[in-house]
Amino acid sequence: MPQDKSVVSPAQREAGHDGTGEIGFTSETMVQTEKLLDVTGLSVAFATDRGAATVVRELDLHVAEGETLAIVGESGSGKSVTALSVTRLIDHTGGHISGGRILFTDRSGRQRDLVAESQEAMRQLRGPEMAMVFQEPMSSLNPVLRVGDQIAEAIMLHQGLGQAAALAEAQRLLEHVRIPEARQQLQRYPFQLSGGMRQRVMIAMALSCRPRLLIADEPTTALDVTVQAQVLRLLRSLQREYGMGLIFITHDMGVVAEMADRVLVMRDGVKVEEGDAVRVFDAPQHPYTRTLLNAVPVLGSLGDATLPLPFPEAGRAAEPQATVRTDIPPVLEVAKLTTRFEVRRRFRAAHRIHAVEQVSLRVRHGETLALVGESGCGKSTTGRSIIRLERPEAGEIRLNAVDVTRLDREREEQLRRRVQYVFQDPLASLDPRLTIGFSIAEPIRTHRLLRGEAVERRVHELLRLVGLLPEHARRYPHELSGGQRQRCCIARALASEPSLIIADEAVAALDVSIRAQVVNLLMALQARLGVAYLFISHDMAVVERVSHRVAVMYLGQIVEIGPRQAVFRDPQHPYTRRLLAAVPIPDPRRRDHSIELDDSEVPSPLRRLDDPPIVAPLVQVGEDHFVARHRVGGLY
Amino acid sequence: MSDVALATPTIRSPSAEFWRRFRRKHVALLSGGVLLLLIVAAAAAPWIAPYGPTTPDYDSVLAGPSWQHLCGTDTFGRDIFSRILWGGRISLTVGFVSVALGGLAGVVLGLVSGFFGGLVDGFIMRLMDVLLAFPGILLAIGVVALLGPGIDNVIYAIAVFSVPVFARLVRGSTLALKQTLYVQAARSIGVRAPMLMLRHILPGTLPSVIVYCSLRVGTSILTAAALSFIGLGAPPPSPEWGTMLAEGRSYLGVADQITLFPGIAIFVTVLAFNLLGDGLRDALDQKLR
Repeated sequence: MPQDKSVVSPAQREAGHDGTGEIGFTSETMVQTEKLLDVTGLSVAFATDRGAATVVRELDLHVAEGETLAIVGESGSGKSVTALSVTRLIDHTGGHISGGRILFTDRSGRQRDLVAESQEAMRQLRGPEMAMVFQEPMSSLNPVLRVGDQIAEAIMLHQGLGQAAALAEAQRLLEHVRIPEARQQLQRYPFQLSGGMRQRVMIAMALSCRPRLLIADEPTTALDVTVQAQVLRLLRSLQREYGMGLIFITHDMGVVAEMADRVLVMRDGVKVEEGDAVRVFDAPQHPYTRTLLNAVPVLGSLGDATLPLPFPEAGRAAEPQATVRTDIPPVLEVAKLTTRFEVRRRFRAAHRIHAVEQVSLRVRHGETLALVGESGCGKSTTGRSIIRLERPEAGEIRLNAVDVTRLDREREEQLRRRVQYVFQDPLASLDPRLTIGFSIAEPIRTHRLLRGEAVERRVHELLRLVGLLPEHARRYPHELSGGQRQRCCIARALASEPSLIIADEAVAALDVSIRAQVVNLLMALQARLGVAYLFISHDMAVVERVSHRVAVMYLGQIVEIGPRQAVFRDPQHPYTRRLLAAVPIPDPRRRDHSIELDDSEVPSPLRRLDDPPIVAPLVQVGEDHFVARHRVGGLY
Repeated sequence: MSDVALATPTIRSPSAEFWRRFRRKHVALLSGGVLLLLIVAAAAAPWIAPYGPTTPDYDSVLAGPSWQHLCGTDTFGRDIFSRILWGGRISLTVGFVSVALGGLAGVVLGLVSGFFGGLVDGFIMRLMDVLLAFPGILLAIGVVALLGPGIDNVIYAIAVFSVPVFARLVRGSTLALKQTLYVQAARSIGVRAPMLMLRHILPGTLPSVIVYCSLRVGTSILTAAALSFIGLGAPPPSPEWGTMLAEGRSYLGVADQITLFPGIAIFVTVLAFNLLGDGLRDALDQKLR
């Protein structure tokens, strides 16, 4: 099935660099295969009401057959625009190519300049010659068409097969991207599939006409780590099998290390560095690449240290985070917290979602407890139940040794003041019609902590505390950058002098370099104010940096809880091990193709009313380290 | 993720942003100008109208347009131009006051209904459904029949049938805004229900309310004219535009100016309100950006 082409395996290509002293600078001479895609001087502009904005400037790039080029950059760097330009889909998004050539060698060996091709010619190229996989598999699939019909459509269009033959081919493709029970899946609608399955369907569609160039734009960003690992592995093996050129766009250095032969780093629409993956990781030339690599949290970088450690910053030694107060009672104690949602059908509850199932945990003053797990494991619902954005069904919540499970007015006041929440999306969590200053002052006014001019002084003080300027108080949320907005949300959370902040994926939406800064800010605030964090996250590498203790959630239950070092060094639960194994490591040398990840799905916490999950006490395996030994459901 | 980096936006408050975009809607600006002119003319009627609204002039009965009488005269020789100016005060007042009353009640009901949900929502919305089930004009006729004719009662009647549309509109956006992260964030801070509604939800519903107000004033003026036309509104000597139409009805073909000019006044006013509403919608609606 793969066409006979001289495909250089990644192993061969890497061999040239291993152990030699001359790392790097040789990649240009290494390219023996003909360039499949050769872009020179590409500039792309968008028309705005303030004139044309050039978002990609004078970009050169090339991809050979069987080669993976990773384009890395933070948001706004122009990497997605570059991808859209190569396929000329940019014409449909309001941009236009203002300069340069995009030379593409098609199947017949003819070199064509894609900038000059007609729309119709481009349409014929997309599919058989080049295909794209996008970030959001839900919105890239048509929600009202069956999966099978959507794949078959592309096949019928480009290969001229009949419907039955096309459907059979679709089934073969789904099996090829390792979708279990492919025959049944053909009949399903996109919303009936999980995120990982949808992305596999997208890949199957992209591969349906055996393209020679595949462009994947953040294909795993929306996926959980374990699913991401599966999809990356799949992409790699398919690429080898088909001998495709692959342009892989991502912001995640770990993913780059897993995938790339060559790396191209972009910033503000300009290429800042390009080179062989091993060379770029080992000896980055440009300061921006170095910053980017330094900001990447590397799993295992803390080693044996027991205390969390901020990211290294220029000119400042990172102090271990010794902030936990064991001499006073914990700030938060949660016992057997249970939150379920009923799924009603014909006015009767038919099923229940066991989002949070008898979760018990405690957080000490000045401590960071990380709550980790994949989407749907109930980690956010746990946080939301604690501050009563969801109504828990059972359980007990004690705040500073006061039972706040049943709220009267006074206790609610205490809870709302002492526990604050920081959401994942800072833009959405700030009222767009109010100034930053007003939003930050809101908790102060609500709890009547200060009056008159003192409120404004306090707002300015808070802004400075989170690294912003008092002038920012007069701005509106849309006028700030993502990192600044999240700083505002943190300032707002600090305004009522809380003893606990629940940070729900608070850094997940930020660019890597900004993420490191915000993580450091959170840790500095902890050192200064003694605030405790319940740090809800799916990112194991960040969790390793910030947390004193870690709780791993799976299907609404905590399956492992203990000191961070113990959990990361010696994970006791199979799910914890799987989660840690799936984290991409930002070092192309440690790329291990042999690790076999299972292709299984995280099961759903949806259960019949008469089928409650098994819950048993956790078993102690070490000092303060507990693990579930009972059958939680799903795989474990 | 959007990778499109544009120039950093200059500091603009939401209202400044609105003006920036509204300024480009030339048709809406023109409509606004026309309406402003109408409002000023109506307000200044006692000073600028050449004749009194009910002053008869038996020497020039049913006269066509001339320099003495710009729009001609009616059966009693009253100056139609002056009557239109004076009548504008009635029509515009009816339009604005009825929409203000109905809008206020509707916004409050919709906000409460959407925010609290459950039984409150069920009760309020069923009541609104009942009101909506009547054809608007029939409902207004019913209310006027109940309260007796007269311009005050016309205002109440029209207000009543404006309530359900506003309530539905506001309830819809309240339901959506209630789910936004910033409302949840405010809730998590401890902001209480009345503040949540007034500060975080109400401002979000206002764009659609403002747009609908503008469209609704036009409709209300039309309805008021219709009620007057069938004798349920302002009684005859009054220069209400609908009443003037009713009076001129029997002279169609003989003295067209009696119906033509009040008709034009109604037409221009309603059209201007509708065009203004469209422009406001374009400028306020975030989705059209």
